[in-house]
Amino acid sequence: MKTISKADMRTLFFVAIIALFAPLILNPFPTESGWAQFNAGYPDLMQRFAIYGILAIGFNILFGLTGYLSFGHAAFLGVGSYSAVWMFKLLSMNIIPALILSVIVAGLFSLLIGFISLRRSGIYFSILTLAFAQMSFALAYSVLTPLTNGETGLQITLNDPRIFAAENISGNLPVTSLFGLEMRDTWTMQLGAWDFQFNIGYYICAIFLLLAFYISIRIFRSPFGMMLRAIKTNQTRLNFTGINTRPYTLAAFVISGMYAGLAGGLMASMDPLAGAERMQWTASGEIVLMTILGGTGTLLGPVMGAGFIKYFENIFSKINDTVLHGWFSWMPDGLENVIVWILHLFTGKGWHLTLGIMFMMIVIFLPGGLMEGISRIGKWWKHRNAKNNNTSHTSSTPAE
Amino acid sequence: MSNFTRRGLIKTGATVGAGLAMPTFITSPLAAYTNAPTGGSVTLGFNVPQSGPYADEGADELRAYKLAVEHLNGGGDGGMMNTFSSKSLTGNGILGKKVEYVTGDTQTKSDAARASAKSMIEKDNAVMITGGSSSGVAIAVQGLCQEAGVIFMAGLTHSNDTTGKDKKANGFRHFFNGYMSAAALAPVLEARYGKDRNAYHLTADYTWGWTQQESIAAATEAKGWNTVNNVLTPLATTDFSSYVAPVLNSGADILVLNHYGGNMINSLTSAVQFGLRDKIVNGKNFEIVVPLYSRLMARGAGENVKGIFGSTNWHWSLSDEGSKAFVKSFGTKYGFPPSQAAHTTYVQTLLYADACERSGTFNPCGVSEALEGFKFDGMGNGPTEYRAEDHQCFKDVLVVKGKENPTSEFDVLEVVEITPRAQVEYSADHPMFAGGALGKCNPGA
Amino acid sequence: MDAILLQILNGLDKGSAYALIALGLTLIFGTLGVVNFAHGALFMLGAFCAVSLQKLMSVSKITIDPSQLDFLGKPLKVKTPYVVEWFGPKFGNAIIDWNVPLAIIVAIPVMLLVGYVMERGLIKHFYKRPHADQILVTFGLAIVIQELVKANFGANPIPTPAPDQFVGSYNIGALIGLDASYPYWRLIYFAFSAIIISSVFAFLRFTTFGMVVRAGMADRETVGLLGINIDRRFTIMFGIAAAVAGLAGVMYTPINSPNYHMGMDFLVLSFVVVVVGGMGSLPGAVLAGFLLGVLESFASMNEVKGFFEMLYLPSIDQIIIYLVAIIVLLTRPRGLMGKAGVMEE
Repeated sequence: MKTISKADMRTLFFVAIIALFAPLILNPFPTESGWAQFNAGYPDLMQRFAIYGILAIGFNILFGLTGYLSFGHAAFLGVGSYSAVWMFKLLSMNIIPALILSVIVAGLFSLLIGFISLRRSGIYFSILTLAFAQMSFALAYSVLTPLTNGETGLQITLNDPRIFAAENISGNLPVTSLFGLEMRDTWTMQLGAWDFQFNIGYYICAIFLLLAFYISIRIFRSPFGMMLRAIKTNQTRLNFTGINTRPYTLAAFVISGMYAGLAGGLMASMDPLAGAERMQWTASGEIVLMTILGGTGTLLGPVMGAGFIKYFENIFSKINDTVLHGWFSWMPDGLENVIVWILHLFTGKGWHLTLGIMFMMIVIFLPGGLMEGISRIGKWWKHRNAKNNNTSHTSSTPAE
Repeated sequence: MSNFTRRGLIKTGATVGAGLAMPTFITSPLAAYTNAPTGGSVTLGFNVPQSGPYADEGADELRAYKLAVEHLNGGGDGGMMNTFSSKSLTGNGILGKKVEYVTGDTQTKSDAARASAKSMIEKDNAVMITGGSSSGVAIAVQGLCQEAGVIFMAGLTHSNDTTGKDKKANGFRHFFNGYMSAAALAPVLEARYGKDRNAYHLTADYTWGWTQQESIAAATEAKGWNTVNNVLTPLATTDFSSYVAPVLNSGADILVLNHYGGNMINSLTSAVQFGLRDKIVNGKNFEIVVPLYSRLMARGAGENVKGIFGSTNWHWSLSDEGSKAFVKSFGTKYGFPPSQAAHTTYVQTLLYADACERSGTFNPCGVSEALEGFKFDGMGNGPTEYRAEDHQCFKDVLVVKGKENPTSEFDVLEVVEITPRAQVEYSADHPMFAGGALGKCNPGA
Repeated sequence: MDAILLQILNGLDKGSAYALIALGLTLIFGTLGVVNFAHGALFMLGAFCAVSLQKLMSVSKITIDPSQLDFLGKPLKVKTPYVVEWFGPKFGNAIIDWNVPLAIIVAIPVMLLVGYVMERGLIKHFYKRPHADQILVTFGLAIVIQELVKANFGANPIPTPAPDQFVGSYNIGALIGLDASYPYWRLIYFAFSAIIISSVFAFLRFTTFGMVVRAGMADRETVGLLGINIDRRFTIMFGIAAAVAGLAGVMYTPINSPNYHMGMDFLVLSFVVVVVGGMGSLPGAVLAGFLLGVLESFASMNEVKGFFEMLYLPSIDQIIIYLVAIIVLLTRPRGLMGKAGVMEE
């Protein structure tokens, strides 16, 4: 098998660097400044970036390569979370058995759903997955409450068995860990006016993200990946040549289901709770949004899309009127009120509106998502440089 | 090597890990608890639904929080600080520190609520989280606050579980619960509708619905009622006609709707449309009961709520000094009277601030100690006590009914009876609340 | 028997809403080939036409009545709607009472316009794009519409009652010797949707315009080659589909108080309906709408729930729609009445 190409190696290296220094990169504003509002370098959000990145990478293996649009991926995420929390309740707070079980269970679950849904294609496939996901949500929310704890979500409690864990004497809930490394441990580095938080949980997520990214590169470049792309391009022709495409699409479906399971397991490992809303169709829709927003079929795009949406959800929703008034207090009163009134439609409780508008803009003007935007800027930049240098260098690297 | 079991391995790992992890605890070496305020201000986290179906209640909660902060910092007319029986709050912030706040959106989803609360704790250094407009969210965030070592002052959460099987040492609830609703309603219902009644329950098919249904059925059966049937309705139901229609010929003469929010409006509307209230069954007028009322939501049902009994934590038409002071300052600032959600969140903020003042620290363990067993008055509910065993407030409960002749758009409910505290009290080990443990207070860090 | 009759009526009633929305979705898909995820939002906009009209009619003249006090102890501001002021209390209040039927007159032009603008301004540019892009852009539009409505009207449901004459119920069972009263307005809703559905079918079947549209649905290119401006007709069809959804929304308001997310609540189900009926088949959409409505109603009956519980399937009403959708799609690949080759790329 061919080893990984240079360009891919560079992309992987780039992602690794970003992931390693994320706590610095995402915290550009001094802690006490007014702009600190926009900092994203705190453990929970960084963990979410990595986890949803994994989820989107997995989704992209299915949607980006085969073109099958699943509207039920959140179900696998939820199943992964529930399995992980059950491991924490029954075995120990170590995340390894939890992650293993969540990947396995999500894999089996996606095998079942994929086996049935993949008998259809196009929008019929989408609606079948949607139906399965909604069913899973309804079951988790109420019918299966003994297993899922319904509305409240499955949580760890003091009197869980945890057969492999040491006796709990502190009276506090135990925390998730990797052989003693607690996920919530954070080392804060104070550097001038900046506080940088280095969190163990985040770095574990980041390692899994890199692993997931690497596997996804290998899949993209493998003959299997080529076959999936062929399915997207023209399945009928493929069938005519005597190839049975079902095993390939099913494999892609299960792999992406396992990615979702891993993401769900990680989510529970960072924060041991599994709620049913994770499985709702809107959550599945969010995964689709992330992938499209970033750029379907590209390697990096989905991760960027995931980061983009999570950033919005967590940062924009916290800009309330008081904050706005604080920003524009230097303006004359009347003008300040007008500006705040306009902006408050889009921030704080209006963040969904901003997200909707941005999303429409991207679908309309940048069908290839953020990645297309970047490559356009890149081209424009090259073009400009080329003009300046008066050379006829026009080749551009493909967007990936 | 009999010791070399998996468990042994994990234990070894744990010791090694603990050694490695040691230096990471230098977050702030002097602090004894999470997010100890260092400067001249202290940050509180207001985590309310700003999007999703409960956004309007969330908005009202946020208004109350802002008002509370204003009063704590010495602005406005002081509201209930003047009527509060404890006099340690002076309008000088909390422990001399100016109160600041951050807001977040729970989206009425436990995941989003926890994410939002986490960012408040990790990024904004909030020392207390409060809010919520559903029990699922409240319990999820309460669990998080217990792990992180901050205090959680629950907002609108009515499930028995919040201070029952899911109670936590760092969590406190001022709002009443399903058991109290049932205990307050049953005698009033008995007095109005008689002993010999057949009740049909429609119940939202999730934990809150189940606990409330269980409470109401038990309380009314003790008064001689018979529970004909209990039908669970899916949360996503928008048209309840197919659940209401079977009631017509079931022989029941009372319909109990264990629904909240949008579900409540739709099921009540359907029940009224089907003419249930004009029916006479077993020689008695058919009646509908909505055990938990929210005024904001009841408005959505329009005319249909008239004359229908239910319970509520607080109502703006109460005439005690505390309620009057609160309605006055809220009404003056925003132009309309506060909802029960606004009331409970305002009170929770003041109670937290007062507990800090009395214990002289923001340390969750100190605050918790000050709140446990704390008796107070002048906050609109009469004499109230935060019970130490389960961190639930015990106070009078209001039985209300939809007003027949409302004078304004806010005048939807009228208070029928103020059920005294003794009647709604239960022992801390009551079976409906069993199965959980408070644990120990966790100061984090 | 009474109970079964009631559940059939309930099912038809729910089915009416599903069928009307699914009909519009199928019209748009059949003519323009666009999967419109904003169709639920159009249903919701229709309902908010009624709400807006209600708000408009209750615009009031404020007089201060010192003899009464408001909740702060200040003199009460008494509001008299201008409509009452102008037309006198009897006729004025009657107009306010008849808000919902009046809203139909308002909603038709408004929704036609909304549909027209939507098609010309946005959808037009997406004909050549993949279906996934269409789904996504209309989904984004749905979010935007929904959030704008929420910013304007709040998140709580707003009561929009039917005229007083239609409050209460009618013993429809008496017609066939049973005892089953059913609310007036729900009967009207069913009749109304039957009229709308048949007029859409009649329009497509018996008018020249409809004939051209049907020809265009079958073979757009050839019709275009004949010198017929098929695009303009399709735009009008989009407007009509929007108006159908809007009217469904207006008439639905007395049944359930409208709120900003009612469109999304219906959207998923309507898509299931369209797919079960068969993409692109108008009769399929209507049939599946009523079928799923009736099934949903029956599934919520205690007897049926009990039966499935014996088969270890508790709470069948939670999952029935999806279960049926899965079974139909697996046994009838293209839905009940779908044609081959539609949306299968």
